[in-house]
Amino acid sequence: MLAVSFLLLVTVAGEAAADLYLTESLPPELALSALPVTTPTAHHQSEYNQPASARSVRSAEEPATTTDNGESSHHGGGYKIVQWEWSYVQTPYTIAMWLLVASFAKILFHFSQRFTTVVPESCILILIGLTLGGVVLITNKVPLYQLDPGLFFLFLLPTIVGDAGYFMPARLFFDNLGAILMYAVVGTLWNAFCTGFCLYGMKLAGVIDQKVEGGLMEFLLFGALISAVDPVAVLAVFEEVHVNETLFIIVFGESLLNDAVTVVLYKVYISFVAVGPGNVLTADYFKGVASFLIVSIGGTLVGLIFAVILAFTTRFTKKVRIIEPLFVFLLVYLAYLTAELFSLSAILSLTFCGIGCNKYVEANISQKSRTTVKYTMKTLASIAETIIFIFLGISAVDKSKWAWDTGLVSCTLIFIFVFRAMGVVGQTWFLNWFRLVPLDKIDQVVMSYGGLRGAVAFALVVLLDENHVKGKDYFVATTIVVVFFTVMFQGLTIKPLVGWLKVPRGTKRKPTINEEIYERAFDHILTAVEDIAGLNGYHHWRDKWEQFDKNYLSKLLMRKSVYRKSELWEAYQKINIRDAISVIDQGGNVLTSARLSLPSMASRTSFPEATNVTNYLRENGSGVCLDLQGIDTLPSAKVEEETETHHVLAGNLYKPRRRYHQAHYSRHFMTVGDQERQDREVFQRNMRSRLESFKSTRYKRHKKDRSQKKRRGSDVKERDQEANDKPRRNVSWQDKDPVAVPIEPEESKGEHSEPEKEEDMGITFVARKAPETPKERPKSVPAALEGCQSPSAVPPSPTCAERNLPWKSGLGTSPVCVSMEATKIIPIDLQQAWNQSMSSLESLSSPPVLAEPLHPRVSALSRLGGPIRPLSSLMPTTGISAGESSTPVPNPATGEFRFPAGEEEESALSHQQQEMQPLMSSVRPPPTPPPPPAQGSARRRNPCVYLRNLVTTPPGNEPYSRGPTQL
Amino acid sequence: MGSRASSLLREEDIEEIKKETGFSHSQITRLYSRFHSLDKGENGALSREDFQRIPELAINPLGDRIINAFFPEGEDQVNFRGFMRTLAHFRPVEDNEKNKHLDASEPLNSRSNKLLFAFRLYDLDRDDKISRDELLQVLRMMVGVNISDEQLGSIADRTIQEADTNGDMCISFSEFIKVLEKVDVEQKMSIRFLH
Repeated sequence: MLAVSFLLLVTVAGEAAADLYLTESLPPELALSALPVTTPTAHHQSEYNQPASARSVRSAEEPATTTDNGESSHHGGGYKIVQWEWSYVQTPYTIAMWLLVASFAKILFHFSQRFTTVVPESCILILIGLTLGGVVLITNKVPLYQLDPGLFFLFLLPTIVGDAGYFMPARLFFDNLGAILMYAVVGTLWNAFCTGFCLYGMKLAGVIDQKVEGGLMEFLLFGALISAVDPVAVLAVFEEVHVNETLFIIVFGESLLNDAVTVVLYKVYISFVAVGPGNVLTADYFKGVASFLIVSIGGTLVGLIFAVILAFTTRFTKKVRIIEPLFVFLLVYLAYLTAELFSLSAILSLTFCGIGCNKYVEANISQKSRTTVKYTMKTLASIAETIIFIFLGISAVDKSKWAWDTGLVSCTLIFIFVFRAMGVVGQTWFLNWFRLVPLDKIDQVVMSYGGLRGAVAFALVVLLDENHVKGKDYFVATTIVVVFFTVMFQGLTIKPLVGWLKVPRGTKRKPTINEEIYERAFDHILTAVEDIAGLNGYHHWRDKWEQFDKNYLSKLLMRKSVYRKSELWEAYQKINIRDAISVIDQGGNVLTSARLSLPSMASRTSFPEATNVTNYLRENGSGVCLDLQGIDTLPSAKVEEETETHHVLAGNLYKPRRRYHQAHYSRHFMTVGDQERQDREVFQRNMRSRLESFKSTRYKRHKKDRSQKKRRGSDVKERDQEANDKPRRNVSWQDKDPVAVPIEPEESKGEHSEPEKEEDMGITFVARKAPETPKERPKSVPAALEGCQSPSAVPPSPTCAERNLPWKSGLGTSPVCVSMEATKIIPIDLQQAWNQSMSSLESLSSPPVLAEPLHPRVSALSRLGGPIRPLSSLMPTTGISAGESSTPVPNPATGEFRFPAGEEEESALSHQQQEMQPLMSSVRPPPTPPPPPAQGSARRRNPCVYLRNLVTTPPGNEPYSRGPTQL
Repeated sequence: MGSRASSLLREEDIEEIKKETGFSHSQITRLYSRFHSLDKGENGALSREDFQRIPELAINPLGDRIINAFFPEGEDQVNFRGFMRTLAHFRPVEDNEKNKHLDASEPLNSRSNKLLFAFRLYDLDRDDKISRDELLQVLRMMVGVNISDEQLGSIADRTIQEADTNGDMCISFSEFIKVLEKVDVEQKMSIRFLH
């Protein structure tokens, strides 16, 4: 209390000093006239109709100008050395003084750490406003200032909401979108109607004085404007309370999104009141509903459109870095104004514009621009908030507006509190059916108690037309009381309440590397489990959205250089800067040390300084925390951003040397140019490991089977034959050469194109000559066996033709029972592989599968060595329905194969076997005489070959190999 | 399929599963029909291939590890019981369960069981320690090919250093719990199963 009075004293003194300053510098007669000039409200309004940004700039420039004027400028009259030009500078001067006073006030009460932890800033600001208003009232006998709705809606509100929207933790927001929407729409409607009706009931019951004129419509109108939770107040109070993120985002999100409801209700009732309740048609109610949809959806759309425009614009600002921040401010602000222009929900528009553009804009603009945007937004928002609360306080002093009715005030206070609590409890009960983490009772208490009303309600009530709403003065007074009560009383008590209820607090700390890694793993786990359980749950859809974002949005909205050099690079720089700052903080001499400069000179890597600082930290400072939060001030809004940054850190920590940093585990950071790379890599890795596990589990068994296989070699031959040469089934192999030749070009073409597509994958595949198949091949056979032996039913198979030339068949014809889902999920260029690998797994009862799960290096070596192994051992198995295996019987030395069995065997092949043919085709050793056709046929992709190709490197000495291509 | 699937499930089975896993009746039936549709062999058990047929898992970096987690050690098949037991790890913790089971055996979806599930994904040799190699393997799965082994190694070192309290250069389960004690595991390792 002492502190309060002290501060008040100081503030008053400060204000008095300011006045004194004015007065002193004036000639006495002018001083008298100067102050009254500010009085006319019309004039006063105009002076605030400057763009908010302009105002803050002016505040800095103003003093200088004034001095000039005071000293010597303006040579209007030759004899005057000093001229008083108050009217010339009055407007900006007043604004600047106000801002200065507000800023001083902030400095003052932040002197006392203990004090500010107890009393929220908003309370103090209101108190200051009250005091200032009182001082002005006493000195002038007339209240000078009031929170002007125009000023509020056009300049103050957008700065706060814009800041909130732009730095909104998007993931958290969308995680809880359902709850937020529910509270914002249903909750606000409930509050508005109940409060309105009950107040009217009280009026009829006589609790509210008859002086308060108004019918049902007026009270409903009042209920609508008083029931909306206010974003400014919520932000101001909750930011200091540090409740857990979920709770905060729900209350805050609600306060933003309920704008549409408030706006519509307000407008609808205004029009109803204007025409008179008697003249309202039924259709008007439906119009009201339609209007709500248009206002909310329209507002959102406008915001998203501007978000796209903004993101797209920042793609091209490379040469004009200096005005990058300006684009951000202008377009975000235009989103707000445009929505206002069409009388849509401006707050929704602004919020979604901010949420939508943040990711892309942050990626596009430079580090400096990011900092500029961040600090300018924070500054503006902070100033706007200060002004709003001070003016709220000042406005309350205006006695002329006051029309007190105890009944109305107390009823309103009770109703808004009771209905808020009821609404929260009811909705939470409903929501908890669907929520993963139910909101418990404590959360509900905080949410009910956190339903703060604020300046929006005040501005709306001031805007009421006195001619239509007779009881306006009563409503204004009540609103002021409600706002003060909620902001001051509830704002003051919510902190102790939260502490007393032991509400889980939010944490500011940055995730450690462990947490980064494990939480990312958790995400993968959950997605996988959802997929396994067949739920299209939240993770599923988030995944979908990320795919979409990756494939289209990011491509459109991000700079090419960004996804080339990648956001990673930008983010990495961010971290480096922070690291550098922390280094300086921990002892500036570090930077001068030779170690730091040397490496960058020595290596021409693209990340010299990055490497150095982080490495330095890593090597020397066990105590140095890489996560030091160098410059961040607003944790709640920044959490998401930080988290992402840290993912980059965890993924790419320490000297990323190459240009492409891709596919670390954060999908958020998939660079666009390499969009599908991660999928591909993971896919290949998975396939490889599957094959390896096949290999290892079945190897022994395979050995046993080998002898059996040999016996069956002939079968294989036959089938191979057939696969390659369907039309002429009964022709011996020599005959088909002419047939194979024409096919070959296509095939090789098809294959050639593949590696190029996947160039950057680190794994190569290449057409391969059958005779050169590496020794390891036998090991892979078991994989086939495993696939073949599982007893599941064979799904309907595609036609031979499709299988024969799988790469020719479009997606639509993808074989087997793979759901269409697969084609959406798996990257296009891998779909073939997927389908084929699946088909190999599917065709369990008989198909021979040749898989070669080799380490790339091993296989490459073996191929390079080029020992031509007996093909018998290379051949995979066929027709293994009951675990039998068969052996192809090629002639090792010549590459010929024996055809022991005659054509009669061929004819005996079942249809099923025929289907399996393509699987065998690649392993069929080529007929010796004409090598090209042999290669061609060998190159045919069957699933396993494809898989093998995915996981192995090509032999270097083949005619068709392009050498190992780094994919 | 759904109706047929549910008819294959006997009431007493459902009851037992319910008791063991805490899933509701309708959840069990729903998941059974899913189980059934995954079960291409129609033999009442899933093989690894059945899981691998799920297209999404092919592009999930940890897909195969997770698949393995469904199989008890040394087995190649998992029946519906086992399937549900694994899924139960991801059931959200409900309010009434927090206190109810204090004396009874720990429910599958408790915090430590959720953590244990994650821990097992890393701990391949089941020695209750995540060694540097095991960590590296998982990291390698989760990052791209362009991060060099060296870089990955330093990340792994840092990770272990950060977690390791007893200096054995491994992450034991208790260290694992400690490292994640500030993380809302109950939430981050839960999914909402349809009622």
